[in-house]
Amino acid sequence: MASGIVDIAAAVITNQRLSEDYNVVALAAPKIAARVAPGQFVMIKAGAGCDPLLRRPFSVFELLRSRQGDATGLSILSKRIGPSTRALFEAAPGDTIACLGPLGRPFTLVEPPAEAWMVAGGVGLAPFATLAELLRARGVACTLFYGARRAAELFYLDLFRRLGVELVLTTEDGTAGERGRVVAPLDRALSQRSSSARVMVYACGPEGMLSATARVAAKHDRPCQVSVERIMGCGLGGCYSCVVPMRNGHGGFHHVRSCISGPVLAADQIVWDS
Amino acid sequence: MNVDLSVEIGSLGLKNPIIAASGCFGYGVEYADVVDLSSLGAIVTKGLFLAEREGHPAPRIVETPAGMVNAIGLQGIGARRFADEKLPELRARGATVIVNVCGTTIDEYAEVSRILSDADGVAAIELNISCPNIKEGGIQFGCSLAGTYDVVSAVRKVTDLPVIPKLTPNVTDVASFARAAEEAGADAVSLVNTFLAMVIDVESRRPKISNVMGGLSGPAIRPIAVRMIYECRQLIKIPILGMGGIADARDVVEFIIAGANAVQVGTANFVDPFIWSKLAAGLGDYMARHSVARVGDLVGTVRTTAADKEWIGS
Repeated sequence: MASGIVDIAAAVITNQRLSEDYNVVALAAPKIAARVAPGQFVMIKAGAGCDPLLRRPFSVFELLRSRQGDATGLSILSKRIGPSTRALFEAAPGDTIACLGPLGRPFTLVEPPAEAWMVAGGVGLAPFATLAELLRARGVACTLFYGARRAAELFYLDLFRRLGVELVLTTEDGTAGERGRVVAPLDRALSQRSSSARVMVYACGPEGMLSATARVAAKHDRPCQVSVERIMGCGLGGCYSCVVPMRNGHGGFHHVRSCISGPVLAADQIVWDS
Repeated sequence: MNVDLSVEIGSLGLKNPIIAASGCFGYGVEYADVVDLSSLGAIVTKGLFLAEREGHPAPRIVETPAGMVNAIGLQGIGARRFADEKLPELRARGATVIVNVCGTTIDEYAEVSRILSDADGVAAIELNISCPNIKEGGIQFGCSLAGTYDVVSAVRKVTDLPVIPKLTPNVTDVASFARAAEEAGADAVSLVNTFLAMVIDVESRRPKISNVMGGLSGPAIRPIAVRMIYECRQLIKIPILGMGGIADARDVVEFIIAGANAVQVGTANFVDPFIWSKLAAGLGDYMARHSVARVGDLVGTVRTTAADKEWIGS
């Protein structure tokens, strides 16, 4: 109907294993790909039947296009953790995967001269491929602060380089880029950037990285949009599982559903401690 | 053959017996762009108290084999905001709205019921006396025969709408609760709510949801729900809205044969928000295939022998 949310039995086009745990599954889902905006997600059911029963939310990673430029599909960046991501890791070309979307509120875009500083940890890289592509097409200067455990888990660097995105890399073991967490170089860079320059911080990754990014952005008085990840039942606002406590303006909080009010939320409105 | 999917729940006529279950469909408006709300038999709203509630912190759900455990904690906007902000759109969309009424006291059940009876566009009242996830309301009435009787009779006095208590399965003999509800003047009963359950992360030794315990739903509970509906059908005359893990049209038929006059669907809607038309079409196909003209002709038609019944009754 009007929303354009569809459920597609999407054929697996390719399943590229990036490491022992990470993979990228490309899905034929033209109706979703044609409508999706950076930061939106899809609900995936990997396998029929009752185990796993529920769908899982995934940010849309890449958009696939035909030579004529028409949207033909999308890809999902996944890390093998539980039954659903195991099934996605094992998916073979020709398998079908139920794919519901596009869902949620996307990132709010900026225009030059504002700059976009993206902060990604692990699979939190996913929403930034399409965001960077769109922002670069608008001529927005983009920097990606990207952290992983080790060099072998920093993926798709060439994609961002090709788009003209400046990369700042960190690994926890020091095998690539700076040793440590990604928020440290972000903090330094924000300290060094002239306060007259307009910078929008976009973040996606583990909860600890998001709250640290929110703190650093607030310290430097920079707006920050985070894409949160919560355990989600339906993706459409029906079940109230995926709530995030947000400031209510009266010193308290209100639980908002991250599936329909998010997944992109204003970092300074989230009550991070509860 | 032409089959008639319409059913009557007391004075409430539904175009088909497929109903969205409370707590699984928001206030209905969330799905307005995905589903034609008027195509459902009815929708049951999220639970409504007098006041707004924020519910429990996340994590609120955990998946289990063929099911899920939830403890949302009845987050909700309260009866007045629902009437002001949600009912007009539901009315405009042609939805048949059953409100799910909660309370911490009998007076609150009556007051919420009165407010919503006065609002334009409410077709029936489902009484939530069975939520397993909050301490201060609901289940304390639903786990006592006298409490069940008292809540139903108090609400019966303040409304002319059909009153439908929703029963908990977390009692020894659910049928006796169905009978208490019937004796108190209920027009129908909904059953079952979720089964109290718990999941532990063995690495951290922490419960998987913030409320420690929650309610199990999904296909895992389906055979128990079917048994309970069958038991209630033997004991009461009023209609039953049956639910518990219904995931396809076969399941709808099974619940009706066991004794349900209509069914509610919750967890399966999370998996497939487009399930509603498939369930109605599948029920119609079954009825045509078995030459059943009306849904009512199928209700409670499980073929048990006299010997079976004697065994059950023992």
